[in-house]
Amino acid sequence: MVADTSSTQNISLNLRVWRQAGPEDTGRFVDYKAENLNPNMSFLEMLDVVNDDLERKGEEPIAFAHDCREGICGTCSLVIDGKPHGPHHGIASCQTYVRSFKDGDTVVVEPYRAKPFPVQRDLVTDRAAFDEIQQAGGFISIRTGAAIDANAIPIPKEDADLAMDAAACIGCGACVAACKNASAMLFVGAKVSQYALLPQGQPERDKRVLNMVAKMDELGFGNCTNQYECSAACPKTISHDFIAKLNKDYLKASVRSAFKPKSSV
Amino acid sequence: MAELGYQVDCFVFHDSPRRAHSIAAQGGINAAKNYQNDGDSVYRLFYDTVKGGDYRSREANVHRLAEVSTNIIDQCVAQGVPFAREYGGLLDNRSFGGAQVSRTFYARGQTGQQLLLGAYSALSKMIGAGAVKMHNNSEMLDLVLVDGQAKGIVVRDLNTGAVTCHAADCVVMATGGYGNVFNLSTYARNSNATAAWRAYKKGACFANPCFTQIHPTCIPVSGDYQSKLTLMSESLRNDGRIWVPKKAEDCDKNPNDIPEEDRDYYLERIYPSFGNLAPRDVSSRAAKRMCDEGRGVGPTKLGVYLDFSDAINRLGADTVRARYGNLFDIYKEITDESAYETPMRIFPAVHYTMGGLWVDYNLMSNIPGLFVLGEANFSDHGANRLGASALMQGLADGYFVAPYTVGNYLATQKPGSTPSTDDPAFKQAAAAVQDITQRLLNTKGKETVAHFHKRLGKIMWDHCGMARTKEGLEEALKLIPALREEFWANVNVPGSDTHLNQALEKAGRLADFLELGELMCRDALTREESCGGHFREEYQHADGECLRDDENFAHVAAWEYQGEGNVPNRLTEDLNYDTVKMSTRSYK
Repeated sequence: MVADTSSTQNISLNLRVWRQAGPEDTGRFVDYKAENLNPNMSFLEMLDVVNDDLERKGEEPIAFAHDCREGICGTCSLVIDGKPHGPHHGIASCQTYVRSFKDGDTVVVEPYRAKPFPVQRDLVTDRAAFDEIQQAGGFISIRTGAAIDANAIPIPKEDADLAMDAAACIGCGACVAACKNASAMLFVGAKVSQYALLPQGQPERDKRVLNMVAKMDELGFGNCTNQYECSAACPKTISHDFIAKLNKDYLKASVRSAFKPKSSV
Repeated sequence: MAELGYQVDCFVFHDSPRRAHSIAAQGGINAAKNYQNDGDSVYRLFYDTVKGGDYRSREANVHRLAEVSTNIIDQCVAQGVPFAREYGGLLDNRSFGGAQVSRTFYARGQTGQQLLLGAYSALSKMIGAGAVKMHNNSEMLDLVLVDGQAKGIVVRDLNTGAVTCHAADCVVMATGGYGNVFNLSTYARNSNATAAWRAYKKGACFANPCFTQIHPTCIPVSGDYQSKLTLMSESLRNDGRIWVPKKAEDCDKNPNDIPEEDRDYYLERIYPSFGNLAPRDVSSRAAKRMCDEGRGVGPTKLGVYLDFSDAINRLGADTVRARYGNLFDIYKEITDESAYETPMRIFPAVHYTMGGLWVDYNLMSNIPGLFVLGEANFSDHGANRLGASALMQGLADGYFVAPYTVGNYLATQKPGSTPSTDDPAFKQAAAAVQDITQRLLNTKGKETVAHFHKRLGKIMWDHCGMARTKEGLEEALKLIPALREEFWANVNVPGSDTHLNQALEKAGRLADFLELGELMCRDALTREESCGGHFREEYQHADGECLRDDENFAHVAAWEYQGEGNVPNRLTEDLNYDTVKMSTRSYK
């Protein structure tokens, strides 16, 4: 439950945490009591405290992915009470605070559940599939050192702003975790749209979208459900409009490539 | 490098190269484009950076940095980085601390993210083309020397625990800074000095380790559970005004109830020509002085106000939201307070380390074949780094320096001379790595890694932080070895080395910080002057500003490892300024 009180009273939570020793283990929930928590503590700091107790007892700490702890690196990836990144809209797990919960709440913490993101251990999943999609076409081919003057390419502010909206993706994978089809179309749509909105991205536009979508399919990500759980879970509130743009770009590129000699695509 | 035809193996300890902490840089990147026609030039950026570094950087390196700054912007735009633009479609700029021109390019408050993702896209292209072999989740745990030259590394796969050796013709490290020695900092939790430190122990000199940057605008500490400090971009100082109450008894009042005449806008008062845009070291120390005078605010009294009410009155809340909305949101998430209604509370925090492995003009360390780039080296920022110049240096080194200088070294190597990982040097290095791991796992003491890290952080912050003294540093030089001994006797690292073991990762990194912290204190003690971020209380002007000693300390101090338990050698490189005249650094 979302409580969002500004209370300064310390609280306790009952945690039900997914523990899994390795990729081959079946895994199970284990209950922990997290006591005397300052409401201004972040959710990850609470896990630090729980882990500190476990380590002191000689038990293995709960493995969870984290790094910058300010919502930009995309490493953290908890599913809290069934929601990727927890109860709040538009923030990452690391920006979820204990004050979002009420004293005595039971909180379920799980890893992402999606076939292309296998669990490594406990709450840590392997998201290398996103790197692979990016390698299939998520770039503009420009040799380092060969660029023309930056202001030689004027870009309307509206286009630049929209490209930035798309580029804000942190690659955390919450969109995939939130989708019952484990679709990566918000991630791919954002990257494809960023480049499609900019003049620099035009020469490789068709090739990019076709290759990235093919790689996405090959890696086992599903199709869009058109229910937009992805945008709802996205810590950067990336709009599902970019999925529509992706579909449009993909259709155009498919048609164009059908009428072109194979070698040119 | 791969674009030039080299075969590259690339290692990161992250699960993806897109996670590196450059991603968190908020404010921007400097370039001497002079698009605003406000009199900027390569010379002016060069001069500002040398002055900003308090005349402790290498002049030639800084000039090259200023020269290539403009190429970086061209390169990034060509990659599709969506920089902020004006309505006419051209690039927008803003001004940043330590500069009187608008030369900072930005992408909302996420410039670092966009530049890093630009580099990541270029890397992805080369991985896809098969020119780069990527090794994620691979932490470098040792450097391997063959005949005195850097010829490979030893890494541990963080998911499986497997320790492997990798041979090469040369090694390029871009492994970041060491600010997490303080435990609490604006660094990512996993940022560490292990790769640099292990290279140091293999003979690479560590230069100016005591030059650390304390950033003035971070959210204050709220409790001992705290894992990191969050930066509020320096760009906020463009429109925010910093103040504390004039009277100590007002400090507990609601800031909105304190009338204008009872507020001390101390940066504007002390530094009228730069005002709220005074450089980071100067602003941080001023905040500390205000708090030392008893005029700090907030529950811990370690905080000052950053107030946007004037900007909101002048520009309207919508304009302020457009400029800084994401930062105000971050502030709200962490503190549960709205900066639109009440002033932010900020306090300095460790943010960057100017020191690092010593490199020559070609960015090669004193070990032939070992190149060090970005924050991991020491060369460009002297004793203080100006805002929006870390991204500039990192990209300059990677895009425009190393690709040319590495080839220069490789030209001296005979084709086919790449050593095999069967070489005894690799076997020994891998065995040493395994040995450290086993020692950590087998200690089975009573205390956690986090416990020791907090204690080290406190020693460093108290004695080697914003203000340093001879007595304090001597004290720290006793406390740190004692803590290190206690760590090795009483640390508890659960689990094994054959799976993902985050406790083991942290323990290995802390073991290195426990040695590096000592070197930082030793360096700070030996540098008997104040300059930039290094402030020795014994050496100050009457107004509390840094008192440099150019006679005796206009040099780089590069420390050379002499084996465990021995005091390292202090080597020096004289800093000669041919173009810029050394002067007292004033922002008044």
